[in-house]
Amino acid sequence: MAAPPGPESLALLDRFVTALKAKGLVTEEEIETQIARTDRASPEIGARMVARAWTDPDYRALLLGDGSAAAERMGVSMAGMPPLGVLEDSEGLHHLVVCTLCSCYPRAVLGYPPHWYKSAAYRARAVRDPRGVLAEWGTVLPQGTELRVVDSTADYRWMVLPVRPAGTEDWDEARLAAIVTRDTLVGVALPRAG
Amino acid sequence: MRFAAGTPVRIRRDFPELRGPCHIRTPHYLRGLDGTVERPLGAYPNPEDLAFARPAARVPLYHVRFEQPKLFGEGARGDTLLVEVFEHWLEEAEPSDGRRAAGPQA
Repeated sequence: MAAPPGPESLALLDRFVTALKAKGLVTEEEIETQIARTDRASPEIGARMVARAWTDPDYRALLLGDGSAAAERMGVSMAGMPPLGVLEDSEGLHHLVVCTLCSCYPRAVLGYPPHWYKSAAYRARAVRDPRGVLAEWGTVLPQGTELRVVDSTADYRWMVLPVRPAGTEDWDEARLAAIVTRDTLVGVALPRAG
Repeated sequence: MRFAAGTPVRIRRDFPELRGPCHIRTPHYLRGLDGTVERPLGAYPNPEDLAFARPAARVPLYHVRFEQPKLFGEGARGDTLLVEVFEHWLEEAEPSDGRRAAGPQA
């Protein structure tokens, strides 16, 4: 976890925001709206979206066809946000998300990215040795699975729709959402029923 | 929208970074490489202009698929990479096995 900002940083931020407001570039209301939106965002939103897609074929179709609209359906305001793309895992295909250029991440539905996602090591190795990276999470893909790494280089923000694990057939959405961790939505891990 | 899904394409072998300040969202590791259009993703303002506060025209964006082992000479056969690439970085290519276009290294 990063250390909280020190007094010099906070003083600089205060002067910067004051200057932006003086130039009419931002209002206090806009800042507070964005803070509230950021605070509401967490991996639990993405988890609920996946759980719903696993149990509701119409929502699954919406999620895959228009991720932003699917997020709005869960109460997330996507106005002014980059488009959300959802990557459909299937038997034989697993996705892993990275941003080699910076650290683009679907914050609206996953919250803050973990520090490892933003690290130079992850960003360099995910495109070059993705199976080695997965192995460090203890993730070994079933035999014959294609691993497709998705480098977020432009406007989209990407999230994985994992395969629903066997043994969860009679679970309700809440129980399903609990096994859809942040790491499964980035693709470094697979959801586990046990 | 110039390229349909399934079209073999080549990423332009160009390095504007060597000619002056710019902001390019096409990664270095793709320049000159062959891939296949997976699907069009819509059109978005050109980040190369946005980064310098210039008026930014909308440019078509594509998901382009590359074969992993050809990318770095590593990786498992059958694994792939999907990257968002703007239309002005794509050229039509012959269907290929993903080798980089021949020519002097930049």
